[in-house]
Amino acid sequence: MVLPVFQPGDDPGPDFASLARRVGVVPPHPEPAVATSIEVTHGTTCVAVRFADGVVMAGDRRATSGNLISHRHIEKVFPADRHSGVAIAGAAGPAVEMVRMFQLQLEHYEKVEGAPLSLEGKANQLSQMVRNHLPAAMQGFVVVPIFAGFDTARGLGRLYQYDATGGRYEELDFASTGSGSLQASTVVKLGYRPGAGRDATVDLVLRALFEAADEDSATGGPDLIRNIFPVVATITAEGFTRVGDEELRSRFESIVDGLRADRGGVEGGGVS
Amino acid sequence: MTAPFYVSPEQLMKDRADYARKGIARGRSLVALVYEGGVLLCAENPSRTLRKVSEIYDRIAFAGVGKYNEFDQLRIAGVRAADLKGFSFSREDVDARTLANQYAQMLGQVFTHEMKPMEVEILVAEVARPGATGAVDQLFHIRYDGTLVDQVDFSVLGGEAEAISERLGATWSAGLALGSALGVAVRALAGDDRSLAAEELEVAVLDRDAARRCFRRVDDPEVASLLAEAG
Repeated sequence: MVLPVFQPGDDPGPDFASLARRVGVVPPHPEPAVATSIEVTHGTTCVAVRFADGVVMAGDRRATSGNLISHRHIEKVFPADRHSGVAIAGAAGPAVEMVRMFQLQLEHYEKVEGAPLSLEGKANQLSQMVRNHLPAAMQGFVVVPIFAGFDTARGLGRLYQYDATGGRYEELDFASTGSGSLQASTVVKLGYRPGAGRDATVDLVLRALFEAADEDSATGGPDLIRNIFPVVATITAEGFTRVGDEELRSRFESIVDGLRADRGGVEGGGVS
Repeated sequence: MTAPFYVSPEQLMKDRADYARKGIARGRSLVALVYEGGVLLCAENPSRTLRKVSEIYDRIAFAGVGKYNEFDQLRIAGVRAADLKGFSFSREDVDARTLANQYAQMLGQVFTHEMKPMEVEILVAEVARPGATGAVDQLFHIRYDGTLVDQVDFSVLGGEAEAISERLGATWSAGLALGSALGVAVRALAGDDRSLAAEELEVAVLDRDAARRCFRRVDDPEVASLLAEAG
């Protein structure tokens, strides 16, 4: 390997994606019509909710290939950098690769320029990546992320939702993506209180994922046997922090206890 | 057509080396030293914005003295090389030694083949992973002509390197706390007959125990309080 030095005018600047293309370490998009019927692994439901100190992001752990569960503990919520996170739904392979490239893009920019991008700048970068992915999306490898972060310049949490064409939409209260997003966002919508605290918001996203898993076969619920819980993270002025599995377990247990109590402990639909 | 004057290769190299050395001596010096918590990089730099010390990768830092535009170009090339390597392979595979070799190749190439040598001296520092067997903190000092030196404990860059090295050698000891290490570095940089305030210093550390990105800038108020504490 030699040092990548470029002539002025030919210099990729702080853009890692174009640097990687320039030196040929990323493959080009699949060109001709790839049969859309090939089974690719899909990741599913993610939500992000704003709360008093920032944003909570959460995603279930299931990946499916058609009717099959292909992975029980993949992760769909990632730190993008210290003060932001990205969650993905869609074709798992390209999505995880997009996240990797996005994380590097932000870090690379910060190192080359000596200062991090603004939150808006990061959201726009992700939008460009989704747009560049459009040819692959047209062939069935759709990737739809959500991006959330703490805007250190303004001192508040912000959320961005995307579509497959790279459209970027800033949301005020919550955002969701993936096959279970309809159920999850309904739960969040009903339970959302402006200025809620961290604990209430973590409970809300867990309940949202729980209900999504209840209705959508591609969304995984909490797995108390294998100890698999959703990835939940808070992003505040202190940065991106993952919520521990022990806390998630006890919160799920109280959610389940609450649901059981609501039904009066009577089994329904079975032999009584 | 007139024949060009003959210049012996020795003379040519000597002239180039003198030129580079003069350029480097015009700027101010920089020290890097190993302390208890990692590697400390301390430069005399009155600028608030133009940096001599910066981050390359998770455990690797870069420092340069001499002509700013030249070492900044090297810094960016280093960030690119490291990020590309980490992307193609794994973050663990990015190491200071490879990068130092690449820098040495490039500086050596420029020194012998280009019109003008680069008027820079650079340092690539890597902090060892805590608990990794056989791993040590590494300081690679690369000169304008591509000479690569692997230094132990501390390294000094710049025109007054010899005098500063001597002072540092007398005061440095293993296992210094951050405050004392900074005191040792600043006294070595300043010499006996002047003192340096926090505003004239650029300080950064490679923090051994950081979760991933070990590079951290130490801001002026923290530098001032560390210096006050060190006495």
